Amino acid sequence: MPEPSVPFRILPELSDRNRHFWQGGEQGHLTILRCQECGYYLHPPTPTCPHDQSKDVAPEAVSGRATVASFTINHQAWIPGVEVPYLIAIVEIDEQPELRLTTNLVNCEAEDVHVGMPVQVLFEHHEDANGDVWIPLFEPTGGK
Amino acid sequence: MTLTETPLERNCVVSGIGQSDIGRRLGRDPLGLTLDACYAAIKDAGLRVEDIDGLSTYPGAVGGSPGFSGAGAYEILDAMRLKVGFYDSGVETAGQLGSVMKACMAVAAGLSNHVLCFRSVWEGSAQGTGGRKASGALTQYASGSMEWLLPFGSASAANWIAMFAQAHMHKYGTTPEQLAQIALNSRKNAGLNPNAIYAEPMTMDDYMSARMISTPLRLFDCDAPCDGATAFIISRKELAADLDCTPITIEAMGSANHDRATWDQLRDLSRTIGADAAAQMWSRTDLTPKDVDIAELYDGFSILALLWLEAMQLCEMGESGSFIEGGQRIALDGELPLNTHGGQLSAGRLHGYGFFHEACLQLRGEAGARQVAKQPQVAAVAAGGGVTCGTFLLSTRP
Repeated sequence: MPEPSVPFRILPELSDRNRHFWQGGEQGHLTILRCQECGYYLHPPTPTCPHDQSKDVAPEAVSGRATVASFTINHQAWIPGVEVPYLIAIVEIDEQPELRLTTNLVNCEAEDVHVGMPVQVLFEHHEDANGDVWIPLFEPTGGK
Repeated sequence: MTLTETPLERNCVVSGIGQSDIGRRLGRDPLGLTLDACYAAIKDAGLRVEDIDGLSTYPGAVGGSPGFSGAGAYEILDAMRLKVGFYDSGVETAGQLGSVMKACMAVAAGLSNHVLCFRSVWEGSAQGTGGRKASGALTQYASGSMEWLLPFGSASAANWIAMFAQAHMHKYGTTPEQLAQIALNSRKNAGLNPNAIYAEPMTMDDYMSARMISTPLRLFDCDAPCDGATAFIISRKELAADLDCTPITIEAMGSANHDRATWDQLRDLSRTIGADAAAQMWSRTDLTPKDVDIAELYDGFSILALLWLEAMQLCEMGESGSFIEGGQRIALDGELPLNTHGGQLSAGRLHGYGFFHEACLQLRGEAGARQVAKQPQVAAVAAGGGVTCGTFLLSTRP
Protein backbone atom coordinates (compact mmCIF):
# COMPACT_ATOMS: atom_id res chain seq x y z
CA MET A 1 0.00 0.00 0.00
CA PRO A 2 1.35 3.45 -0.84
CA GLU A 3 2.01 5.89 1.96
CA PRO A 4 -1.41 7.33 2.86
CA SER A 5 -2.04 10.80 1.54
CA VAL A 6 -3.04 13.76 3.65
CA PRO A 7 -6.74 14.50 3.24
CA PHE A 8 -8.23 17.60 1.77
CA ARG A 9 -8.75 19.99 4.64
CA ILE A 10 -12.06 21.50 5.62
CA LEU A 11 -10.73 24.03 8.10
CA PRO A 12 -12.33 24.64 11.50
CA GLU A 13 -14.38 27.76 12.07
CA LEU A 14 -12.28 29.82 14.46
CA SER A 15 -13.81 31.31 17.60
CA ASP A 16 -12.62 32.67 20.93
CA ARG A 17 -13.31 29.24 22.37
CA ASN A 18 -11.08 27.26 20.03
CA ARG A 19 -8.41 29.65 18.68
CA HIS A 20 -5.77 28.45 21.14
CA PHE A 21 -6.11 24.89 19.84
CA TRP A 22 -6.01 25.59 16.12
CA GLN A 23 -3.38 28.34 16.26
CA GLY A 24 -1.13 26.94 19.00
CA GLY A 25 0.92 25.24 16.33
CA GLU A 26 2.34 28.58 15.25
CA GLN A 27 4.59 28.33 18.31
CA GLY A 28 4.98 24.60 17.76
CA HIS A 29 2.79 23.66 20.72
CA LEU A 30 -0.25 21.44 21.06
CA THR A 31 -2.39 23.63 23.28
CA ILE A 32 -5.25 22.31 25.40
CA LEU A 33 -7.54 24.18 27.76
CA ARG A 34 -6.77 23.41 31.41
CA CYS A 35 -8.56 24.14 34.66
CA GLN A 36 -6.26 26.36 36.71
CA GLU A 37 -7.93 25.17 39.93
CA CYS A 38 -7.88 21.37 39.65
CA GLY A 39 -5.48 20.84 36.75
CA TYR A 40 -7.93 18.92 34.54
CA TYR A 41 -7.50 19.26 30.76
CA LEU A 42 -10.78 20.02 28.98
CA HIS A 43 -11.34 18.83 25.44
CA PRO A 44 -13.35 19.82 23.53
CA PRO A 45 -12.93 23.20 25.25
CA THR A 46 -15.70 24.49 27.51
CA PRO A 47 -15.74 27.77 29.47
CA THR A 48 -16.34 25.96 32.77
CA CYS A 49 -14.47 22.96 34.20
CA PRO A 50 -16.84 19.96 34.44
CA HIS A 51 -15.04 18.72 37.56
CA ASP A 52 -15.12 21.75 39.86
CA GLN A 53 -17.16 24.30 37.86
CA SER A 54 -14.22 26.70 37.92
CA LYS A 55 -14.27 29.35 35.22
CA ASP A 56 -10.54 29.82 35.67
CA VAL A 57 -9.57 27.84 32.58
CA ALA A 58 -6.64 28.71 30.35
CA PRO A 59 -4.77 27.22 27.37
CA GLU A 60 -1.60 25.33 28.23
CA ALA A 61 0.96 23.65 26.01
CA VAL A 62 1.18 19.88 26.44
CA SER A 63 4.11 17.69 25.45
CA GLY A 64 2.56 16.61 22.15
CA ARG A 65 3.25 12.98 22.98
CA ALA A 66 0.37 10.53 22.66
CA THR A 67 -0.54 6.91 21.94
CA VAL A 68 -2.87 5.55 19.28
CA ALA A 69 -6.18 4.53 20.91
CA SER A 70 -7.73 3.42 17.63
CA PHE A 71 -7.33 4.07 13.92
CA THR A 72 -8.78 3.43 10.49
CA ILE A 73 -7.48 3.59 6.95
CA ASN A 74 -10.15 5.53 5.10
CA HIS A 75 -10.65 4.49 1.47
CA GLN A 76 -13.85 6.35 0.62
CA ALA A 77 -13.78 9.86 -0.86
CA TRP A 78 -16.44 11.41 1.40
CA ILE A 79 -15.25 14.86 0.48
CA PRO A 80 -15.11 15.67 -3.25
CA GLY A 81 -11.51 15.97 -4.44
CA VAL A 82 -10.00 14.18 -1.48
CA GLU A 83 -7.12 11.79 -2.15
CA VAL A 84 -7.55 8.36 -0.58
CA PRO A 85 -6.51 6.35 1.28
CA TYR A 86 -5.54 8.27 4.40
CA LEU A 87 -5.05 7.37 8.04
CA ILE A 88 -7.46 8.64 10.71
CA ALA A 89 -6.69 7.97 14.35
CA ILE A 90 -7.91 8.72 17.82
CA VAL A 91 -4.88 9.44 19.98
CA GLU A 92 -4.71 9.69 23.74
CA ILE A 93 -2.57 12.57 24.98
CA ASP A 94 0.12 11.53 27.50
CA GLU A 95 -0.80 14.20 30.05
CA GLN A 96 -4.18 12.72 31.07
CA PRO A 97 -6.02 9.41 30.65
CA GLU A 98 -8.91 9.59 28.17
CA LEU A 99 -7.79 13.01 26.88
CA ARG A 100 -8.25 12.24 23.20
CA LEU A 101 -8.08 13.88 19.80
CA THR A 102 -9.15 12.72 16.40
CA THR A 103 -6.26 13.33 14.01
CA ASN A 104 -4.38 12.01 10.99
CA LEU A 105 -1.29 9.85 11.22
CA VAL A 106 1.44 10.83 8.77
CA ASN A 107 5.01 9.82 7.95
CA CYS A 108 4.24 6.15 8.53
CA GLU A 109 3.14 3.12 6.55
CA ALA A 110 -0.46 2.08 7.09
CA GLU A 111 0.52 -1.52 7.82
CA ASP A 112 2.81 -0.39 10.66
CA VAL A 113 0.09 1.39 12.62
CA HIS A 114 -1.23 -0.35 15.73
CA VAL A 115 -3.24 0.44 18.84
CA GLY A 116 -0.82 1.56 21.55
CA MET A 117 1.72 2.99 19.09
CA PRO A 118 3.55 6.03 20.55
CA VAL A 119 3.20 9.14 18.41
CA GLN A 120 4.13 12.82 18.56
CA VAL A 121 2.52 15.94 17.22
CA LEU A 122 3.51 17.98 14.18
CA PHE A 123 1.60 20.78 12.52
CA GLU A 124 0.32 21.49 9.04
CA HIS A 125 0.00 25.23 8.41
CA HIS A 126 -2.96 26.53 6.38
CA GLU A 127 -3.25 30.17 5.41
CA ASP A 128 -6.80 31.40 5.49
CA ALA A 129 -8.51 34.78 5.17
CA ASN A 130 -10.35 34.19 8.45
CA GLY A 131 -7.15 33.37 10.30
CA ASP A 132 -4.36 30.88 9.72
CA VAL A 133 -4.77 27.42 11.16
CA TRP A 134 -2.18 24.87 12.28
CA ILE A 135 -3.73 21.38 12.06
CA PRO A 136 -2.22 19.02 14.66
CA LEU A 137 -1.19 15.75 13.01
CA PHE A 138 0.76 12.92 14.57
CA GLU A 139 3.70 10.78 13.44
CA PRO A 140 5.51 7.86 15.05
CA THR A 141 7.72 8.99 17.94
CA GLY A 142 11.27 9.51 16.71
CA GLY A 143 10.16 10.14 13.13
CA LYS A 144 9.85 7.64 10.34
CA MET B 1 -36.12 2.57 40.23
CA THR B 2 -37.30 -0.62 41.88
CA LEU B 3 -39.88 -2.99 40.47
CA THR B 4 -42.31 -2.12 43.24
CA GLU B 5 -43.33 0.64 40.84
CA THR B 6 -44.72 -0.28 37.45
CA PRO B 7 -42.61 1.30 34.71
CA LEU B 8 -44.75 3.79 32.81
CA GLU B 9 -44.17 2.04 29.50
CA ARG B 10 -46.04 -1.02 30.80
CA ASN B 11 -49.19 1.06 30.43
CA CYS B 12 -48.52 1.34 26.70
CA VAL B 13 -48.85 -1.09 23.81
CA VAL B 14 -47.93 -1.05 20.15
CA SER B 15 -51.45 -1.18 18.71
CA GLY B 16 -50.53 -0.72 15.07
CA ILE B 17 -47.61 -0.85 12.67
CA GLY B 18 -47.32 0.32 9.08
CA GLN B 19 -44.80 0.64 6.31
CA SER B 20 -44.76 2.35 2.92
CA ASP B 21 -43.28 0.87 -0.22
CA ILE B 22 -39.56 0.37 0.35
CA GLY B 23 -36.97 0.56 -2.38
CA ARG B 24 -33.45 1.51 -3.26
CA ARG B 25 -34.60 4.52 -5.30
CA LEU B 26 -38.37 4.88 -5.60
CA GLY B 27 -38.27 8.43 -6.91
CA ARG B 28 -41.46 9.18 -4.98
CA ASP B 29 -42.45 12.20 -2.91
CA PRO B 30 -41.14 11.39 0.59
CA LEU B 31 -44.21 13.07 2.14
CA GLY B 32 -46.37 10.58 0.24
CA LEU B 33 -44.31 7.64 1.50
CA THR B 34 -44.59 8.94 5.05
CA LEU B 35 -48.36 9.32 4.80
CA ASP B 36 -48.68 5.80 3.39
CA ALA B 37 -46.93 4.40 6.47
CA CYS B 38 -48.90 6.57 8.90
CA TYR B 39 -52.32 5.73 7.47
CA ALA B 40 -51.35 2.03 7.31
CA ALA B 41 -50.40 2.01 11.00
CA ILE B 42 -53.65 3.71 12.02
CA LYS B 43 -55.68 1.20 10.02
CA ASP B 44 -53.67 -1.69 11.47
CA ALA B 45 -54.49 -0.48 14.98
CA GLY B 46 -58.19 -0.47 14.20
CA LEU B 47 -58.30 3.27 14.77
CA ARG B 48 -59.68 6.22 12.81
CA VAL B 49 -57.45 9.18 11.95
CA GLU B 50 -59.47 11.35 14.34
CA ASP B 51 -58.55 8.98 17.21
CA ILE B 52 -54.87 9.93 16.88
CA ASP B 53 -54.13 12.55 19.53
CA GLY B 54 -50.36 12.53 19.65
CA LEU B 55 -47.38 12.58 17.29
CA SER B 56 -43.71 11.81 17.83
CA THR B 57 -41.01 11.49 15.20
CA TYR B 58 -37.29 11.29 14.59
CA PRO B 59 -35.55 13.49 13.49
CA GLY B 60 -38.10 16.11 12.38
CA ALA B 61 -37.63 18.57 9.57
CA VAL B 62 -33.88 18.97 9.90
CA GLY B 63 -31.14 19.48 7.37
CA GLY B 64 -28.15 17.23 7.24
CA SER B 65 -27.27 14.70 4.60
CA PRO B 66 -29.60 14.37 1.59
CA GLY B 67 -32.76 12.37 2.21
CA PHE B 68 -32.18 12.03 5.96
CA SER B 69 -35.68 13.26 6.79
CA GLY B 70 -38.70 12.51 4.64
CA ALA B 71 -41.17 14.63 6.60
CA GLY B 72 -41.27 16.76 9.72
CA ALA B 73 -43.78 16.78 12.57
CA TYR B 74 -45.50 19.96 11.37
CA GLU B 75 -45.86 18.61 7.83
CA ILE B 76 -47.60 15.45 9.01
CA LEU B 77 -49.75 17.25 11.59
CA ASP B 78 -51.01 19.47 8.82
CA ALA B 79 -51.19 16.92 6.00
CA MET B 80 -53.35 14.61 8.16
CA ARG B 81 -55.23 17.45 9.90
CA LEU B 82 -54.39 15.90 13.27
CA LYS B 83 -55.61 17.37 16.55
CA VAL B 84 -53.05 16.40 19.16
CA GLY B 85 -52.45 16.72 22.87
CA PHE B 86 -48.72 16.18 22.40
CA TYR B 87 -46.27 16.41 19.54
CA ASP B 88 -42.49 16.28 19.34
CA SER B 89 -39.56 15.69 17.06
CA GLY B 90 -35.84 15.80 17.60
CA VAL B 91 -32.53 14.36 16.56
CA GLU B 92 -30.66 14.68 19.87
CA THR B 93 -32.39 11.82 21.69
CA ALA B 94 -31.92 8.18 22.72
CA GLY B 95 -31.43 6.90 19.20
CA GLN B 96 -34.12 6.88 16.54
CA LEU B 97 -36.45 5.05 18.93
CA GLY B 98 -36.14 7.87 21.45
CA SER B 99 -39.16 9.21 19.58
CA VAL B 100 -41.15 6.08 20.51
CA MET B 101 -40.08 6.49 24.15
CA LYS B 102 -41.44 10.03 24.12
CA ALA B 103 -44.72 8.66 22.77
CA CYS B 104 -44.92 6.32 25.77
CA MET B 105 -44.20 9.22 28.09
CA ALA B 106 -46.92 11.31 26.49
CA VAL B 107 -49.44 8.51 27.09
CA ALA B 108 -48.22 7.98 30.66
CA ALA B 109 -48.39 11.70 31.36
CA GLY B 110 -52.00 11.77 30.22
CA LEU B 111 -51.35 14.07 27.28
CA SER B 112 -52.40 11.53 24.64
CA ASN B 113 -54.09 8.15 24.21
CA HIS B 114 -52.92 7.11 20.74
CA VAL B 115 -49.59 8.52 19.54
CA LEU B 116 -48.49 8.20 15.92
CA CYS B 117 -44.71 7.64 15.61
CA PHE B 118 -42.89 7.71 12.29
CA ARG B 119 -39.46 7.66 10.68
CA SER B 120 -39.17 8.43 6.99
CA VAL B 121 -36.10 8.35 4.75
CA TRP B 122 -35.44 8.94 1.07
CA GLU B 123 -31.65 8.69 1.11
CA GLY B 124 -31.64 6.32 -1.85
CA SER B 125 -33.22 8.82 -4.22
CA ALA B 126 -31.65 11.90 -2.64
CA GLN B 127 -28.09 10.61 -2.80
CA GLY B 128 -28.49 9.35 -6.34
CA THR B 129 -25.78 7.20 -7.80
CA GLY B 130 -22.87 9.35 -6.66
CA GLY B 131 -22.12 7.35 -3.53
CA ARG B 132 -22.34 8.38 0.09
CA LYS B 133 -20.85 11.66 1.15
CA ALA B 134 -19.69 13.19 4.37
CA SER B 135 -22.03 13.26 7.35
CA GLY B 136 -24.12 16.40 7.26
CA ALA B 137 -23.91 19.09 4.64
CA LEU B 138 -20.38 19.98 3.54
CA THR B 139 -19.60 23.53 4.48
CA GLN B 140 -16.63 25.80 3.95
CA TYR B 141 -15.69 25.56 7.61
CA ALA B 142 -16.21 22.82 10.18
CA SER B 143 -18.15 23.82 13.29
CA GLY B 144 -20.07 22.29 16.17
CA SER B 145 -19.21 18.68 16.92
CA MET B 146 -17.84 18.27 13.38
CA GLU B 147 -15.10 20.83 14.17
CA TRP B 148 -13.10 18.06 15.83
CA LEU B 149 -13.65 15.48 13.07
CA LEU B 150 -14.08 17.03 9.63
CA PRO B 151 -10.70 18.83 9.43
CA PHE B 152 -9.12 15.37 9.60
CA GLY B 153 -11.33 13.85 6.92
CA SER B 154 -13.12 11.86 9.65
CA ALA B 155 -16.22 12.78 7.74
CA SER B 156 -18.57 9.84 8.06
CA ALA B 157 -20.03 7.63 10.75
CA ALA B 158 -18.22 4.88 8.84
CA ASN B 159 -14.91 6.37 10.05
CA TRP B 160 -16.01 6.89 13.65
CA ILE B 161 -17.52 3.42 13.93
CA ALA B 162 -14.61 1.79 12.10
CA MET B 163 -12.48 2.97 15.01
CA PHE B 164 -14.86 1.25 17.46
CA ALA B 165 -14.45 -1.92 15.38
CA GLN B 166 -10.66 -1.60 15.38
CA ALA B 167 -10.66 -1.09 19.15
CA HIS B 168 -12.90 -4.14 19.64
CA MET B 169 -10.65 -6.27 17.45
CA HIS B 170 -7.58 -5.09 19.33
CA LYS B 171 -9.04 -5.60 22.80
CA TYR B 172 -10.92 -8.86 22.26
CA GLY B 173 -9.41 -10.46 19.16
CA THR B 174 -12.61 -10.17 17.13
CA THR B 175 -11.90 -11.22 13.53
CA PRO B 176 -13.10 -10.00 10.12
CA GLU B 177 -14.61 -13.45 9.54
CA GLN B 178 -16.71 -13.06 12.69
CA LEU B 179 -17.77 -9.56 11.67
CA ALA B 180 -18.79 -10.97 8.30
CA GLN B 181 -21.42 -13.19 9.95
CA ILE B 182 -23.56 -10.14 10.68
CA ALA B 183 -23.64 -9.24 6.99
CA LEU B 184 -24.07 -12.84 5.81
CA ASN B 185 -26.87 -13.52 8.29
CA SER B 186 -28.69 -10.36 7.26
CA ARG B 187 -28.41 -11.20 3.59
CA LYS B 188 -29.70 -14.72 4.15
CA ASN B 189 -32.73 -13.42 6.05
CA ALA B 190 -33.33 -10.71 3.46
CA GLY B 191 -33.74 -13.44 0.87
CA LEU B 192 -37.03 -14.30 2.62
CA ASN B 193 -38.16 -10.67 2.88
CA PRO B 194 -40.03 -9.45 -0.22
CA ASN B 195 -39.37 -5.82 0.76
CA ALA B 196 -35.61 -6.20 1.20
CA ILE B 197 -33.23 -4.02 -0.82
CA TYR B 198 -30.56 -6.68 -1.36
CA ALA B 199 -31.87 -10.26 -1.48
CA GLU B 200 -29.42 -12.09 -3.75
CA PRO B 201 -27.25 -14.62 -1.89
CA MET B 202 -23.85 -13.46 -0.60
CA THR B 203 -20.87 -15.67 0.22
CA MET B 204 -17.91 -15.08 2.53
CA ASP B 205 -15.84 -14.56 -0.64
CA ASP B 206 -18.27 -11.90 -1.87
CA TYR B 207 -17.99 -10.17 1.50
CA MET B 208 -14.21 -10.32 1.73
CA SER B 209 -13.58 -9.26 -1.87
CA ALA B 210 -15.82 -6.19 -1.68
CA ARG B 211 -13.98 -2.90 -1.54
CA MET B 212 -12.74 -1.51 1.74
CA ILE B 213 -14.58 1.59 3.00
CA SER B 214 -12.72 2.37 6.21
CA THR B 215 -10.70 -0.44 7.75
CA PRO B 216 -11.82 -2.86 9.06
CA LEU B 217 -15.23 -2.04 7.53
CA ARG B 218 -15.87 -3.26 3.99
CA LEU B 219 -18.70 -2.32 1.66
CA PHE B 220 -21.09 -4.95 3.04
CA ASP B 221 -20.46 -3.79 6.62
CA CYS B 222 -22.30 -0.57 5.73
CA ASP B 223 -26.08 -0.35 5.50
CA ALA B 224 -28.02 0.30 2.29
CA PRO B 225 -29.53 3.78 1.83
CA CYS B 226 -33.12 3.47 0.64
CA ASP B 227 -36.50 5.16 0.40
CA GLY B 228 -39.26 4.21 2.79
CA ALA B 229 -41.24 5.09 5.88
CA THR B 230 -42.27 3.16 8.97
CA ALA B 231 -44.93 4.12 11.50
CA PHE B 232 -46.28 2.81 14.80
CA ILE B 233 -49.20 3.64 17.03
CA ILE B 234 -48.45 3.70 20.76
CA SER B 235 -51.76 3.36 22.63
CA ARG B 236 -52.90 3.44 26.21
CA LYS B 237 -53.11 -0.24 27.14
CA GLU B 238 -56.62 -0.20 28.59
CA LEU B 239 -57.98 1.37 25.40
CA ALA B 240 -56.32 -1.13 23.08
CA ALA B 241 -58.43 -3.96 24.47
CA ASP B 242 -61.44 -2.53 22.64
CA LEU B 243 -59.65 -2.18 19.32
CA ASP B 244 -59.52 -4.62 16.44
CA CYS B 245 -55.77 -5.02 16.75
CA THR B 246 -53.03 -7.36 17.98
CA PRO B 247 -51.37 -5.33 20.72
CA ILE B 248 -47.70 -5.88 21.52
CA THR B 249 -46.71 -5.19 25.10
CA ILE B 250 -43.93 -2.75 25.82
CA GLU B 251 -42.11 -4.45 28.68
CA ALA B 252 -39.38 -1.89 29.20
CA MET B 253 -37.34 0.79 27.51
CA GLY B 254 -33.87 2.22 28.03
CA SER B 255 -32.55 5.68 27.23
CA ALA B 256 -29.61 6.10 29.61
CA ASN B 257 -26.26 7.58 28.63
CA HIS B 258 -23.52 7.74 31.25
CA ASP B 259 -20.64 8.41 28.89
CA ARG B 260 -19.21 11.36 26.98
CA ALA B 261 -21.64 12.47 24.28
CA THR B 262 -19.01 12.64 21.53
CA TRP B 263 -17.74 10.17 18.94
CA ASP B 264 -14.09 10.18 20.02
CA GLN B 265 -14.13 10.69 23.80
CA LEU B 266 -16.03 7.56 24.94
CA ARG B 267 -14.33 6.02 27.97
CA ASP B 268 -13.87 2.73 26.16
CA LEU B 269 -13.92 2.85 22.36
CA SER B 270 -14.93 -0.82 22.22
CA ARG B 271 -18.10 -0.21 24.24
CA THR B 272 -20.89 2.17 23.26
CA ILE B 273 -23.40 3.92 25.48
CA GLY B 274 -25.89 1.26 24.40
CA ALA B 275 -24.74 -0.67 27.47
CA ASP B 276 -26.08 2.13 29.68
CA ALA B 277 -29.44 2.19 27.88
CA ALA B 278 -29.77 -1.61 28.02
CA ALA B 279 -28.85 -1.81 31.72
CA GLN B 280 -31.57 0.70 32.45
CA MET B 281 -34.03 -1.33 30.37
CA TRP B 282 -33.25 -4.56 32.25
CA SER B 283 -33.68 -2.72 35.57
CA ARG B 284 -37.29 -1.98 34.59
CA THR B 285 -38.54 -5.54 33.99
CA ASP B 286 -38.70 -8.94 35.64
CA LEU B 287 -37.65 -10.52 32.36
CA THR B 288 -33.95 -11.31 31.87
CA PRO B 289 -31.69 -11.67 28.83
CA LYS B 290 -32.31 -15.44 28.94
CA ASP B 291 -35.98 -14.80 28.15
CA VAL B 292 -35.19 -13.13 24.80
CA ASP B 293 -36.39 -15.20 21.82
CA ILE B 294 -35.30 -12.89 19.00
CA ALA B 295 -33.01 -9.87 18.74
CA GLU B 296 -33.46 -6.99 16.31
CA LEU B 297 -30.27 -4.98 16.79
CA TYR B 298 -29.19 -1.91 14.87
CA ASP B 299 -26.65 -2.69 12.15
CA GLY B 300 -26.09 0.63 10.43
CA PHE B 301 -22.60 -0.84 10.44
CA SER B 302 -22.09 -4.54 11.13
CA ILE B 303 -19.91 -3.93 14.18
CA LEU B 304 -22.78 -2.12 15.91
CA ALA B 305 -24.83 -5.34 15.97
CA LEU B 306 -21.88 -7.04 17.70
CA LEU B 307 -21.58 -4.21 20.22
CA TRP B 308 -25.35 -4.37 20.80
CA LEU B 309 -25.23 -8.12 21.51
CA GLU B 310 -22.84 -7.29 24.35
CA ALA B 311 -24.63 -4.14 25.47
CA MET B 312 -27.98 -5.95 25.63
CA GLN B 313 -26.29 -8.64 27.77
CA LEU B 314 -27.21 -11.32 25.21
CA CYS B 315 -23.58 -12.46 25.42
CA GLU B 316 -20.64 -11.59 27.66
CA MET B 317 -18.77 -8.33 27.14
CA GLY B 318 -16.09 -8.90 24.52
CA GLU B 319 -17.47 -12.26 23.40
CA SER B 320 -19.82 -11.23 20.61
CA GLY B 321 -17.32 -12.36 17.99
CA SER B 322 -17.15 -15.92 19.22
CA PHE B 323 -20.90 -15.83 19.98
CA ILE B 324 -21.74 -15.42 16.29
CA GLU B 325 -18.85 -17.55 14.97
CA GLY B 326 -20.12 -19.58 12.03
CA GLY B 327 -23.49 -17.84 12.11
CA GLN B 328 -25.61 -20.80 13.26
CA ARG B 329 -26.53 -19.31 16.63
CA ILE B 330 -28.05 -16.14 15.10
CA ALA B 331 -29.75 -17.81 12.12
CA LEU B 332 -33.55 -17.98 11.82
CA ASP B 333 -33.43 -21.51 13.25
CA GLY B 334 -30.69 -20.73 15.77
CA GLU B 335 -30.94 -20.13 19.50
CA LEU B 336 -31.09 -16.34 19.07
CA PRO B 337 -32.39 -15.32 15.63
CA LEU B 338 -30.90 -11.90 14.81
CA ASN B 339 -32.16 -9.23 12.41
CA THR B 340 -34.71 -11.59 10.96
CA HIS B 341 -35.77 -9.20 8.16
CA GLY B 342 -32.25 -8.58 6.91
CA GLY B 343 -31.31 -5.62 9.07
CA GLN B 344 -30.34 -2.30 7.56
CA LEU B 345 -27.43 -4.01 5.81
CA SER B 346 -29.74 -5.88 3.42
CA ALA B 347 -33.35 -4.84 4.11
CA GLY B 348 -32.45 -1.15 3.86
CA ARG B 349 -31.59 1.76 6.10
CA LEU B 350 -35.04 2.46 7.54
CA HIS B 351 -33.06 3.91 10.42
CA GLY B 352 -33.97 2.20 13.65
CA TYR B 353 -37.69 1.87 13.03
CA GLY B 354 -37.21 -1.20 10.81
CA PHE B 355 -36.02 -3.28 13.78
CA PHE B 356 -38.98 -2.32 15.96
CA HIS B 357 -41.38 -3.06 13.07
CA GLU B 358 -39.83 -6.47 12.50
CA ALA B 359 -39.97 -7.33 16.21
CA CYS B 360 -43.71 -6.59 16.25
CA LEU B 361 -44.28 -8.65 13.08
CA GLN B 362 -42.41 -11.62 14.52
CA LEU B 363 -44.20 -11.41 17.88
CA ARG B 364 -47.52 -11.29 16.02
CA GLY B 365 -46.51 -14.31 13.96
CA GLU B 366 -46.99 -12.33 10.75
CA ALA B 367 -43.47 -12.34 9.30
CA GLY B 368 -44.31 -14.63 6.40
CA ALA B 369 -41.52 -16.79 4.97
CA ARG B 370 -39.04 -15.47 7.52
CA GLN B 371 -41.26 -16.08 10.56
CA VAL B 372 -39.24 -17.75 13.29
CA ALA B 373 -40.75 -21.23 13.56
CA LYS B 374 -40.87 -21.43 17.34
CA GLN B 375 -43.26 -18.51 17.92
CA PRO B 376 -41.24 -15.77 19.68
CA GLN B 377 -42.72 -14.31 22.88
CA VAL B 378 -40.01 -11.78 23.80
CA ALA B 379 -38.02 -9.52 21.44
CA ALA B 380 -35.05 -7.31 22.25
CA VAL B 381 -34.83 -4.21 20.05
CA ALA B 382 -31.97 -1.72 19.88
CA ALA B 383 -31.44 1.30 17.68
CA GLY B 384 -28.58 3.69 17.18
CA GLY B 385 -24.94 3.41 18.03
CA GLY B 386 -22.04 5.35 19.45
CA VAL B 387 -23.49 8.28 21.33
CA THR B 388 -27.15 7.89 20.35
CA CYS B 389 -28.69 4.68 21.64
CA GLY B 390 -32.10 3.44 22.74
CA THR B 391 -33.55 0.03 23.58
CA PHE B 392 -36.92 -1.69 23.91
CA LEU B 393 -38.06 -5.02 25.24
CA LEU B 394 -41.31 -6.13 23.58
CA SER B 395 -43.46 -9.15 24.37
CA THR B 396 -46.71 -10.96 23.76
CA ARG B 397 -47.49 -11.05 27.50
CA PRO B 398 -50.80 -9.42 28.37
